[in-house]
Amino acid sequence: MKDMGEMLLREEPFAEIVMGNTALVRAMVEAQTRVVTSYPGSPTPEIASAIRAIPADQRPFYFEFSTNEKVATEVAFGAALNGHLATVFFKSVGLNVTADTFVQLSLLNIPGGMVVVLGDDPGANSSQNEQDNRHYAYLSYTPIFEPAGPDEVYSYYLQAAALSQKLGKVVILRLTTHVCHAKETVAFRGYTPTEQDNTPRFSVKNGPYIPLTSAVYPMKERALRQLGEIEDWVDKRNLHTVVDNNSKLGIITSGLVYLSLLEVLGTVPPSKTKPDILKLAMVYPVPRHTIVGFLKKHEEVKVLEELDDELERSIKAIAYDLGLQTRIIGKNDMGDWIGEYTPEKVEHILHATWPDLLETPELPEPAGQTPARPPQMCPGCGHRSAFHAIGEALADEDITVADIGCHTLGFQEPYNLGELVLCMGASPGIGSGLSLFNTTRKVVAFLGDSTFFHAGLPGIINALFNNHNLTLVLMENGTTAMTGHQDHPASGRNFNEISEAIPIRQLLEGLGVPSIFETDTYKQEELRKIMRQAINEERFNVVIARHPCMLLFAKKQRKAKGTNPYQVHIDQKACEKITTCIAKFGCPSFVNNQTDGTITVNKDLCIGDGSCIPTCPSKAIKR
Amino acid sequence: MKAFNIYLCGVGGQGIGLLAEVLLRAIDYAGFPAKAVDTHGLAQRGGIVVSHLRYGDNIFSPMVPAGKSDLVVALERHEALRGAESMLQQGGTLIYYNTVLQPLGVRLGKDIEVSEELIEKFCESADIKLFAVADEDLADPRTQNIVVLAHINKLRLLPGVNREHMEKALGDLLAGSLLEKNLKLFDSLA
Repeated sequence: MKDMGEMLLREEPFAEIVMGNTALVRAMVEAQTRVVTSYPGSPTPEIASAIRAIPADQRPFYFEFSTNEKVATEVAFGAALNGHLATVFFKSVGLNVTADTFVQLSLLNIPGGMVVVLGDDPGANSSQNEQDNRHYAYLSYTPIFEPAGPDEVYSYYLQAAALSQKLGKVVILRLTTHVCHAKETVAFRGYTPTEQDNTPRFSVKNGPYIPLTSAVYPMKERALRQLGEIEDWVDKRNLHTVVDNNSKLGIITSGLVYLSLLEVLGTVPPSKTKPDILKLAMVYPVPRHTIVGFLKKHEEVKVLEELDDELERSIKAIAYDLGLQTRIIGKNDMGDWIGEYTPEKVEHILHATWPDLLETPELPEPAGQTPARPPQMCPGCGHRSAFHAIGEALADEDITVADIGCHTLGFQEPYNLGELVLCMGASPGIGSGLSLFNTTRKVVAFLGDSTFFHAGLPGIINALFNNHNLTLVLMENGTTAMTGHQDHPASGRNFNEISEAIPIRQLLEGLGVPSIFETDTYKQEELRKIMRQAINEERFNVVIARHPCMLLFAKKQRKAKGTNPYQVHIDQKACEKITTCIAKFGCPSFVNNQTDGTITVNKDLCIGDGSCIPTCPSKAIKR
Repeated sequence: MKAFNIYLCGVGGQGIGLLAEVLLRAIDYAGFPAKAVDTHGLAQRGGIVVSHLRYGDNIFSPMVPAGKSDLVVALERHEALRGAESMLQQGGTLIYYNTVLQPLGVRLGKDIEVSEELIEKFCESADIKLFAVADEDLADPRTQNIVVLAHINKLRLLPGVNREHMEKALGDLLAGSLLEKNLKLFDSLA
């Protein structure tokens, strides 16, 4: 087997097929990055998997999963103030969590250099929105590199690190989902380990670091002045790409959209001239000089950018200022603002822009006849047992608020619990608001354990502080399950070593939560009873509904024993076709045999947990 | 070689990721330029898992354009139909592992389970070559992906890629008894 850890530290140059996320880690190693931090979130967790592949004692940098993105950014910033090249990575919406910290960074001199790696998610593949984080660059005067594939993830990180160290300035490397997960052969340079300098070099002389009153303007001036230097730096290194087909038409684009564009232009008939392309390596600051040169050479220029219209507005403003006559074509309709710019989307946009260039694209296929497959809670999942019992304890009109995590899936049939979700840690606060003036409908908020530490605590403290009346159900499964089982502060381990588990119950007691109920979710009867009691108390209280993540458990069990020896089956003589197992409990291991109406168990899925056994009124589910 | 597009799909936990990585590395050993991309995220929770894989000349995007797939590889019957409907081009090939993991709507009785006949009918109407494979005696369902891999080789579904390339690729990704077990199964069927 190829050893990824060995590969990431290899000193000779080599070429290998890697994912964008893996290429990034090799770049971190080559750039002599010393501190890397994160909070898990798709599409970035595989960056940590690659880091994990390097044995801890050989890892040339420190890595941690912090409690949230804000703290992760602060840890990286602090390390960079001591002179260490630092990097923080997280998913798109993680930048919202860290925004308060992040927007200050560009005003400050960061001697070690600092790269913020974003995993943006056009298409909202695994996020609650598809926000365009380039807006944050404008907001904070932070330069932003956009690689198109793994090869550029590698080379642009090296550029970003070099620029960041040169200017003592934070730099963004903006990846998107299918850049993180794309795989291709990347040619890596050699790596020379160097003597590491651990001297804590923080000094106020590198500042100012206190942005108060009179200090703020000069700090902002410095950030603005640097934008020009950055533009020149990128120009001098020829990082932008120009494809010259000697056409009167031009296209300005960046990132993965560039590859979609090349794909589509491959279908232009040979009789026609393909448009020229300017592919920007850095999309903020907008490279004025490069863009003016490109505009002047073309009669019409299409700005092809995914999500929002930042480039379009900047480019139009530049052309207006200079009185350029080039026709600049931006977004055409609302569809151009929504969704990932896949090859077929780019084909439609280009055809709408220049109808003669491409053959008329085929209309999208009508929806197929295959039943939808929404994601499910896994067989044996403790959340399923929790929802089953809690659903029976609540009235139909009661209001349930979800948070981010596996338990968000409870909104689906057959549970319909957790009727709204906003973002990490929002459920206690939303639930508090829903409880105001409300004497008729009970309010129940759900929260996962990693999210509890991430952003849940302020909402809980507020509920206590302001005497709100709701029940918070802590769906405790001992891990950060949705993103791939990363440890959290109550796991008893961090990324690197054993650490004292922060006891959630004692923490709640210490906060003064007046009543805390707790049970394993497989104990259906007890959980139902507890839930009824909790919602009838006219005050804030917490139900800890715990059961370890069974996906993790089943994986470990299979590793140890090979298979699951204790699968359940349905005693067909006892089965009365009440269908609680399928219609209410809803474990995906049950099979609804549509030809003969029987219910059976799929042996490929059942993990033998037996959580379904007490839910069958006919006692037909047996081990 | 003209670009050859493969679309792989299945249900979270079935091993689409490994199968896609084996094919990608086998293609690389066969000497072709290649690009690929997986979907992750919610996939692990019984949702749909998808991999795009492309090789040959003039490939830019790692994503197979909709309706432009030469080959769809599915590890489950519903996903086979979904993948074929959305991604296969006329005259393409569908190979799937003939097992059923019922989607929610089917379990709840709101949707009708996809039958083998429905897939056959669809493939006939769209001029698609169809191979349904299954191994009733398979000891471990997690090796269904290897059964499909072996049939991809046996049926010569990847131009220019052969058994040795696939074995070397497996060797890149697995080790020890797991490699032995998978190689043994592969060799017995390929």
